[in-house]
Amino acid sequence: MLKLENISFSVDVDGKGLGIIDNISLEIPDGAFTVITGPNGGGKSTLARLIMGIEKPTAGRILYNGTDITDMSVTERAKLGIGFAFQHPPRFKGLTVRRLLSLAAGYELPEDECCSYLTSVGLCSKDYLNREMDNSLSGGEAKRIEIATLMARKLGVAIFDEPEAGIDLWSFSMLVESFKAMSSGNHNSVIVISHQERIMQLADTMIVIADGKVRTMGSKDEVFPALMGEFSENCGFRGKEAGGNE
Amino acid sequence: MNKTDMNLLEAIADLHEIPAGAYNLRINGGGHSRNSTANIEIVPKEDKPGIDIIVAPDTKNESVHIPVIITESGIDDLVYNDFYIGDNAEVLIVAGCGIHNSGDEKSQHDGIHTFHIGKNAKIKYVEKHYGEGDGKGERILNPVTVIEQDEGSVCEMEMVQIKGVDSTVRDSKAYLKAGAKLIITERLLTHGEQYARSDMDVYLEGEDASAQIISRSVAKDKSKQIFHPNAIGNARCRAHVQCDSIIMDEANVSSIPAITANSADAQIVHEAAIGRINNDQLIKLMTFGMNEEEAEEVIISGFLK
Repeated sequence: MLKLENISFSVDVDGKGLGIIDNISLEIPDGAFTVITGPNGGGKSTLARLIMGIEKPTAGRILYNGTDITDMSVTERAKLGIGFAFQHPPRFKGLTVRRLLSLAAGYELPEDECCSYLTSVGLCSKDYLNREMDNSLSGGEAKRIEIATLMARKLGVAIFDEPEAGIDLWSFSMLVESFKAMSSGNHNSVIVISHQERIMQLADTMIVIADGKVRTMGSKDEVFPALMGEFSENCGFRGKEAGGNE
Repeated sequence: MNKTDMNLLEAIADLHEIPAGAYNLRINGGGHSRNSTANIEIVPKEDKPGIDIIVAPDTKNESVHIPVIITESGIDDLVYNDFYIGDNAEVLIVAGCGIHNSGDEKSQHDGIHTFHIGKNAKIKYVEKHYGEGDGKGERILNPVTVIEQDEGSVCEMEMVQIKGVDSTVRDSKAYLKAGAKLIITERLLTHGEQYARSDMDVYLEGEDASAQIISRSVAKDKSKQIFHPNAIGNARCRAHVQCDSIIMDEANVSSIPAITANSADAQIVHEAAIGRINNDQLIKLMTFGMNEEEAEEVIISGFLK
């Protein structure tokens, strides 16, 4: 179980503290598929980065299976079984897709296993295994490989930051299927930051983050209908383009 | 050969024993052993140190190994190697120099290599430079390479210097006739207070000659690197020069790619980039459970692969 207690995070802008996350407390239950949604700039990505340890909270505690991980590094958290798929995956000159997947897995992955991960994110595996993870890949390709790197691991908590951003409609259906499989597969719990209705449909738990606070939290059946009602009343979420880096 | 010799041989030429086929092994400034084959003749020069390597026309799928090893401190070795590659021949040439200097005097090897590559011949040349030893003596390598490519020939050169060479100044020149193709890949890592400089002039003289020069380097600590490749198009030709460096610590890298066109039909492009390892790259690998040093190592070895 992942538990956030009174987490706040602010950045320094011209000597003044700008609050990004404001006193958030929440629990991510084991074995659940949790979707975090909310308007752009609301603090979703920051929250995910705080859980991974890429950012350190200015106040509050993060507990993972009862252990206080607030002061642990990214590496230590990774070793405990927390994984993170970037919204904008970095590129690596000279590193092949196969090597990257093997590094993710922690051992030299056999070819067929690599292929199966790539296939499940909608990439024709033979074409990609020996491709370099450099700028020759399109944004959508890099993004799908990024998702595959988490598939190659067995995690306690797998966090995906807007996996759908930059992915075309054709591949998106496949991705939804992969997430569906993931919710009952490799990882104990899955957290997905998403604006996509079809991903929300997979959720056990939904959390709506806005203005650095939890606006609503509950089961999909509780949160989702209200959210949809909100969309139709004021076109607040849907009209906005997905993909901001909060 | 002793264990140090064998270790060096493995580092520079992936050899675990005396190679099969044609070879010339030079140790501490003198010829150690040599073997010619029916198609590849190795002849010691009479007027100066060095050898002529003569590959008969139409030779296929053969290789020549010409490793150089220096294990004594204070050796200053200058050697002239001339390659004569017959028309239509296809060969692999594995060169390289390993220096083990545990003394306090400098050890230096300057290889002057000249390639005469015949019509439609194809060569692949692999050269690794490596240094080790805990003495204060410097390990210095200053190679000079001249490549003359006849019509339709292909020359692929891979030059690698990964470790332990204190100072290197590389001077390369290539002259390409019609339809000749040259691919040079240079990979370099410097650390400590090392210095590396590479000057390269590629003259594309004939119609449809083409050249690709790729240089990838990593500069650590207080090391210093200078790259100055120049592609000169004198006819309808194509050339692409690419210099890409990762800079770390307090290193200094200067990349000066130059392109010159003396014909309106020459198409020549250069790209150069120097940058540090990006933080997102490190974090991405750290989310796999690596620490920062391990992540850095993966990024560097991938980049130089």
